[in-house]
Amino acid sequence: MRSESLRGYTLLSPTLIVMAFSMCAPFAMMVAMSFWSQHAFEIDTALTLKNYGEAVEGPVYRTLLVRSLWISGACAIATVLISYPMAYYVAFHVHRRKLLWIILMTLPFWTSYLLRVFAWKIVLGYNGVINSGLKTIGLIEQPLEFLLYSPTAVVITLAHAWAAFAILPIYVSLEKIDRSLLEAAADLGDSPVARFFRVTLPLSLPGVIAAMLLIFVPTVGDYVTPALVGGPDGIMMANIIQANFGKVNNWPMGAALAVSMMVVVTVVALVYIWVTRRATERIG
Amino acid sequence: MKDMTYISRPNRPLYFYALIYLAFLYVPVLFLPLFSFNDSIYVAFPLKGFTTAWYESMLSNEPMHAALMNSIKVGTVTSVIATILGIFGAKALTRYRIRGQKPVVAVIMLPLVIPGIILGVALLILLSRLGVPLSLYTVTLGHILISVPFAVATLMARFEGFDKSMEEAAADLGDNAWWTFWRVTFPMVFPGVLASLLLCFTISFDEFIMAFFLTGTEPTLPIFIWGQLRFPLKLPGVLALGACILVVSFVVVFFSQWLRRRGAAGVPDRGI
Repeated sequence: MRSESLRGYTLLSPTLIVMAFSMCAPFAMMVAMSFWSQHAFEIDTALTLKNYGEAVEGPVYRTLLVRSLWISGACAIATVLISYPMAYYVAFHVHRRKLLWIILMTLPFWTSYLLRVFAWKIVLGYNGVINSGLKTIGLIEQPLEFLLYSPTAVVITLAHAWAAFAILPIYVSLEKIDRSLLEAAADLGDSPVARFFRVTLPLSLPGVIAAMLLIFVPTVGDYVTPALVGGPDGIMMANIIQANFGKVNNWPMGAALAVSMMVVVTVVALVYIWVTRRATERIG
Repeated sequence: MKDMTYISRPNRPLYFYALIYLAFLYVPVLFLPLFSFNDSIYVAFPLKGFTTAWYESMLSNEPMHAALMNSIKVGTVTSVIATILGIFGAKALTRYRIRGQKPVVAVIMLPLVIPGIILGVALLILLSRLGVPLSLYTVTLGHILISVPFAVATLMARFEGFDKSMEEAAADLGDNAWWTFWRVTFPMVFPGVLASLLLCFTISFDEFIMAFFLTGTEPTLPIFIWGQLRFPLKLPGVLALGACILVVSFVVVFFSQWLRRRGAAGVPDRGI
C-alpha cells in the first residue's frame, strides 16, 4: 500500500510540481507586493499596510466589490434556474443521441469567450440586433437604452458564457438518481409534482450547489464582460484591478485589491459550503 | 436502453424549453457570421446586401496573419505540454490508490475555479520581478497552467475505463515499463490523448484574459481582436474573422468531445 502510494506520487510528481509551483510562487509574490507601495515610477519594497487601508476605506472599492458579488450571485442563480430544466430534460427525457445533446449544450463554452461577449454587445447594442430588429418590424420607435451598458446586460452575458458550468454538474446529479425511487414514489401515490419536489429535487441538490459555486467564483473576477457590455454602472472589481496594472500603473495597489478580492470570495465560498452542507444534512 | 415507463414519457413543454435554451446558446453567436456577409459597416437590421468583401480584406491583413501564427504557435506548444502533464497526472490518479488523493486533485484542478484575472496578475507580478520579459513564452506558460486541469479531466475519463490486466499481461510477458506504455497503454488511450490535444489547443487559441496580461509585443489573435474593437470601421473585419474562428472552434471541439466521450460511455461523468 505504501509503495503503491509512493509510485503514484512519483508518476504524479511532474504534473503536481509544475502546477503547485506555478501557482504558489506567483501568489506568494502577489501577496508580498500587496504590502509594498508605488512612488511615481518606482516600487518601494518597504512593508506597509497602506494599500489595504485604502482598499477597506475607499468607498469606490467597497461599492465595486459589493456590486461584483451581487452580479455574480445573481448570475449564478439565474444560470442555475434556466439550466435546471434543460439538464432535467436531457437526463430524463432524452433516450437516443444523449451524447449529441450533451455536446450541443456545452459546445459554445469551449469557443472564444471574447467573441461570445462581443456577440452580446452586437445583440444588445443601442443600434444592435434587438433594437434595430424591433425598429424594422415597427414595434418600437426609439432604441431601448436599458439593454446595453447595465448590470442586467452583464448578468445575461455571463449566464450565457457560463451555462455549461451549470448544465454539467446538474445533469450528472440527475443522471445518478436511482429511477426505482421515482417508481416507488409513484406507486405510493405521489403526483408527478410531488415526486419532483420530494425525490428528484432533493437528490439533485449536490449538483445545484456545485453549479452555483462553479459559476460564482470565476465570474466575480471577470472584467471582459463588464468592460464590453457593462457600462459605468456595470463596472466590476476586476476592472479596477486591471486598471491598476494598466493606465493607473499602481501594481502594489492592484495586488492588494486582487488579494482582497480573493479573500472575500474564499470566505463567501466557505460560508456557502458550510451553510449548504448543514442544510442538506437536515433534509437528508 | 432503459425501459420506457410513465416516468420517462416524452414531455412536450420541456422539449420546447430545451429548444429555446439551445437557441439562447447559439443564436447570439450566429449573428457574427450573419453580419459578416452584410454589406454595411453598421451591425444593424435591416440587412443591406450580400458581400464577401470583409473576408477578402482579411487575406491582405498582415498584422492579423502574424497574430494568427502567434496563436497557432502558442496553442501547439500549450496543447503538447499540457497533455504530457495531463497523462502523468491522469495515469497516476487512476492507476494508483494514493493517500491524500483529494487534496492532490484539488491542487491540479484549482486553476478552474480561480478567477482568470487573479492568475494573470499574479504571474505578471512574478515574471516582472524575476526580470523575465513578456513574450509568447510567458503567454504559453499561462495557458499551460489553465489547460492542465482540462487535460487531466479529459484523460482521466479515458483511463478509468481502462483494463489494468492488459498492462499487467504485457509486464508479465517481459515488457519493461516504457515498452508497456508504448505498445499497450498508448494505443488504448490514444483517443483521449487526441481529445486532450485538441481541447487544450482550442482553450489556448481562444484564451484572452491570461494573454491580456502576459503578452509582450507580439499579440495573439484574441489580443489582436481586442485591439480592433476600438475602431468602429474595423468592426466588419472582426465579424468575418470571428466567424472563421467560431466555425473552426466548433468543428475542433465537437470532434474532441465526441472522441472523449464515445468510448467512455459506461464511465460516470466527472463533470467537466
